Amino acid sequence: MAKKQLYYEDVEVGSEVTPIAKVASTLMLVKWAGASGDFNPLHFDDNFAVTQGTGGIIVHGALKRSWLGHLMSAWIGDEGFLKKLSCQYRGMDYPRKMASMMDPAEGETWWCKGKVANKYVEDDQHIVECEIWVENGQGEKTTPGSATVILPSKKAKK
Amino acid sequence: MTEAGIPDEIKALIGTTTPPMIMEVERGSIRRFADAIGDPNPLYRDVEYAKNSRYGEMICPAGFFGWPIKGGGLEQMMGMLMPAMIKAGLFRILDGAIDYEFFIPIHAGDTLTSSGKIADIREREGKSGKMLFITLEQTYLNQNGDVVAIGKSTIIAR
Repeated sequence: MAKKQLYYEDVEVGSEVTPIAKVASTLMLVKWAGASGDFNPLHFDDNFAVTQGTGGIIVHGALKRSWLGHLMSAWIGDEGFLKKLSCQYRGMDYPRKMASMMDPAEGETWWCKGKVANKYVEDDQHIVECEIWVENGQGEKTTPGSATVILPSKKAKK
Repeated sequence: MTEAGIPDEIKALIGTTTPPMIMEVERGSIRRFADAIGDPNPLYRDVEYAKNSRYGEMICPAGFFGWPIKGGGLEQMMGMLMPAMIKAGLFRILDGAIDYEFFIPIHAGDTLTSSGKIADIREREGKSGKMLFITLEQTYLNQNGDVVAIGKSTIIAR
């Protein structure tokens, strides 16, 4: 399966980073806990979460950061290099509960989005800076951030 | 922001470093991680695909840093800070933000060494009173001694 490669010349300031939809479910949070090693019960035990004042279990900040990593790596393709990734944990997100063993209940869908803020060439590197964020079902940016990527250039290729 | 109101006991910890921690990057843990965040990128799961890519081996997703590659002595640094912070009444801890800079792709099979530094502590008056902004720096080296990534976490204590 060949993936489409993005080039420096393909993007302009204001260009959209191809958005990615995510559904945070209690199942995803448990899988994340296991895969990441973050076993804070705030993310899988409702009773404990209530004692922490969040009202219920919340999505791990680092999981949302990883979604942003997915957003960028999918966009820049195999030849692109993610140079910088930053984000701020501004708002809490509540995962969907499970409707069955496999499927989350109806509810909120999150979107990872971004747009190109700047592009320039420095030391022969084709650099693109993006504003990125995770937004919740109400369109609020709960995890704003930024990313800097190095893209291949069509000119350099010739 | 100022350093003026920071208790001496806390201020004295600025510049403290943690002993190096060693971590092996395994293919299986990369795959589990990619599954957990819902990232289908074959660079994170398909050895054959990765071997034929420019990387020659499966690589780590950006989100792999922080968790499960925690290292950087984050927990140790918080352990050093907590007693003095509790004494000062600053016991509510929030993960405020994180900044990563990447230098070299991390491959499955790499052995990383990380260490941490309490880089800076600043005080700010917030709506709910005094807050400390703590910057914790984590540096990761690969088996060749090259810096692969630097992370900067901002922890908010209030």
